[in-house]
Amino acid sequence: MRKKVIFNGVALPYLLLLPQLVITAVFFFWPAGQAIYGSFLREDAFGLSRDFVGLENFADILSDPNYLGAVWNTVIFSSAVAFSALGVAIFLAVQADKAIRGSGAYKTLLIWPYAVAPAVAAVLWLFLFHPQIGLLGRFLNGIGIPWDYKVNGNQAMLLVIIAAAWKQVSYNFIFFLAGLQSIPRSVLEAAAIDGARPTRRFWTVIFPLLAPTSFFLLVVNIVYAFFDTFGTIHALTQGGPGQATTTLIYKVYVDGVQNLNFGASAAQSVVLMAIVIALTAVQFRFIERKVHY
Amino acid sequence: MRDTTAEDLALARATERRQARSRWLAHAVLGLGVLVFAFPIWITLVGSTHDVNTIGRGDVPLWFGGEAVANYVSAWLTGGAQTRTTLGVPVWLMLWNSLNMAVLIAVGKIAISLLSAYAVVFFSFPGRMVCFWLIFITLMLPVEVRIIPTFEVMVNLQLTNSMAGLVIPLVASATATLLFRQFFLTIPDEYVEAAKIDGAGPLRFFKDVVLPLSVTNIAALFVILFIYGWNQYLWPLLIVSDKDLETVVVGMTKMIGSGDQQNEWNVIMATAVLAMLPPVAVVILMQRWFVKGLTETEK
Repeated sequence: MRKKVIFNGVALPYLLLLPQLVITAVFFFWPAGQAIYGSFLREDAFGLSRDFVGLENFADILSDPNYLGAVWNTVIFSSAVAFSALGVAIFLAVQADKAIRGSGAYKTLLIWPYAVAPAVAAVLWLFLFHPQIGLLGRFLNGIGIPWDYKVNGNQAMLLVIIAAAWKQVSYNFIFFLAGLQSIPRSVLEAAAIDGARPTRRFWTVIFPLLAPTSFFLLVVNIVYAFFDTFGTIHALTQGGPGQATTTLIYKVYVDGVQNLNFGASAAQSVVLMAIVIALTAVQFRFIERKVHY
Repeated sequence: MRDTTAEDLALARATERRQARSRWLAHAVLGLGVLVFAFPIWITLVGSTHDVNTIGRGDVPLWFGGEAVANYVSAWLTGGAQTRTTLGVPVWLMLWNSLNMAVLIAVGKIAISLLSAYAVVFFSFPGRMVCFWLIFITLMLPVEVRIIPTFEVMVNLQLTNSMAGLVIPLVASATATLLFRQFFLTIPDEYVEAAKIDGAGPLRFFKDVVLPLSVTNIAALFVILFIYGWNQYLWPLLIVSDKDLETVVVGMTKMIGSGDQQNEWNVIMATAVLAMLPPVAVVILMQRWFVKGLTETEK
C-alpha cells in the first residue's frame, strides 16, 4: 500500500532514513552476521586464532546434554508461562466483562504489573518464597513441605514460572477484555435466551470468537517467555540449582559471557535467531489474516 | 393469557436473579484476583517499613512498621551501604540513570521512527522497499540472540560504560516505524496536495501537519517505550560495570548478595519499591494512552 501523492526529493528521504539505518546496520546486522559467521568457527584454547570448523559447533551443542536440558527447560517454562498467563487472564477478563459496573476499576487494578520489570517481579516473589525470610516459604516449611528453591530444581522452576506469568497476565487481560467487549451483546443475549448455561456459553460462543485474540496472544506469550525473562531467571535462580532453570537465552549468556565459549555461543545465537524468525513469521502471517476479517 | 404473563414474569425474575448472582460472583472473583496480584507488592511495601532484624528473622509482618523513613533515607542516600550490602550506590543515582536511559530511549526511538516512516510513506525513491524491509527484519534480531557480537561492537566503538552505549543500540525500532507508517498511510492525500499548492516543502509539511496529527500516537508510544527502557536488564548488565552508571533495576538485584544473612532486606525492599514506582505510576496515570499504545503497537 502506498500514497498516490508524494513529495519529490532525491537526498532527503535517504537523510531521513539514515539514523535508523546506521544503527540497524552497526548494532543489528553486523553483530547478527558475526554470530552466523562465528558459528562456523572455533577459537583455540588460548583464544589466539579462530578456525573454520563447518557445522561442528552445531553438532556439538545438539549432542550436549546440557544444551538439550536447556531446550527441555525452555519448552516446560514457556508453555507453563504462556498457558497459565493466558488461562488466568481469560478467566479474569470474562468476569470483568460480566461485572460491567466497575470493570474500569478492575482494569486499573489488574494492569499495573505490566509495568514491573521482570527482574523486579522476580525479587518480589523472592521476598515471598524465600525459605528463611519469605512469608510463604516459611509457611510451607512450617506445615511440613520442605521448601527451598535454591536446592530443589522443580521448586525453582515453579517459582520462575510464577514470577514470569504474574507479570504477563495483565498484558493478556487487556487484550482479552478488549476482545470480549467487541463481541456484540446481541450474540451473548441470543445464546442466553437459547438457554445455554454460562460454561457452555463460554466454550461454544465466546471462546471461538476470542480464538484469533488467543492465538495472537499465545505467540506473544511464547516470545515473552523465550526472550524477555532473562531478568527473571538471573535475579531469582541464576539458572540453577544446577541447570534446573537454565533456558536457551540464559545458556547463551552463560556460555558466551561467563564461560567465554565463542563458537558454542554463536551457534546457540543462530538457533535462537531461527526460532525468532519462525515465531515472527507465524505472528505476521496470522495478523495478515486478522486484517481481512 | 394471564398464566403466560405470570410465567414470563417468574422466568424474567429467575433470569434476573441468576444474572445478579453471576455478577456478584464476578465481583468476588475479581476482588480475589486483585488481592492475589497485589500481594507480592504489599509484602514488599510492608517489609520496606521494618528494621532489618525483623525481616531477617523471617517474621514478616502484614502491617507497616515504623522504620519507613530510616529505610528509604538509607536507600536513597547510600544504597544501604553503611552496614552490610556491598553495592554501595545510592538509589537516587540509580534512579537518575534509569530515568535518563528510559527517556532517551523513548525519545530517540520515537524521533528516529517518525523520520524513517515519513521517508517511506511520503517519498518515492530507489531502494524504498529494501529500506523498509531492513528495518522490519530487526524485529527478528533481539539483543538476546546476538549478545556476544553486539558486545564486541560496543567494545570496538568504546561505547561500554557510557550512557550513549546504554541508549543508542536500543534506539532502532521496527515496531515504532511500523506504527507510524500505518498511521501516516491514513493521512488523506488531499493534505499533501494542499500543502504542495501552498508551496510547503516536505519538511514544512512534516512539522506543521504530520507532527501535530501524530501527537496521540506519540504519547501512547512514549508510555510503552518509557516502560521498555526503564525495565532494561540484560543490556545494562552487559554494558555497564561502572557504578556511577548503574541503573536501578539491575542495581537492585545486585544488592542481593549470595550470602543471605548479609542482606539488608529492608533497604533492598525499599529499593524495589522505588524501582517500580516510576513505570507503575506512568501506567496508572496515563492508562488511556498506555492501553492505546499497547494495542496499537501489536497490530
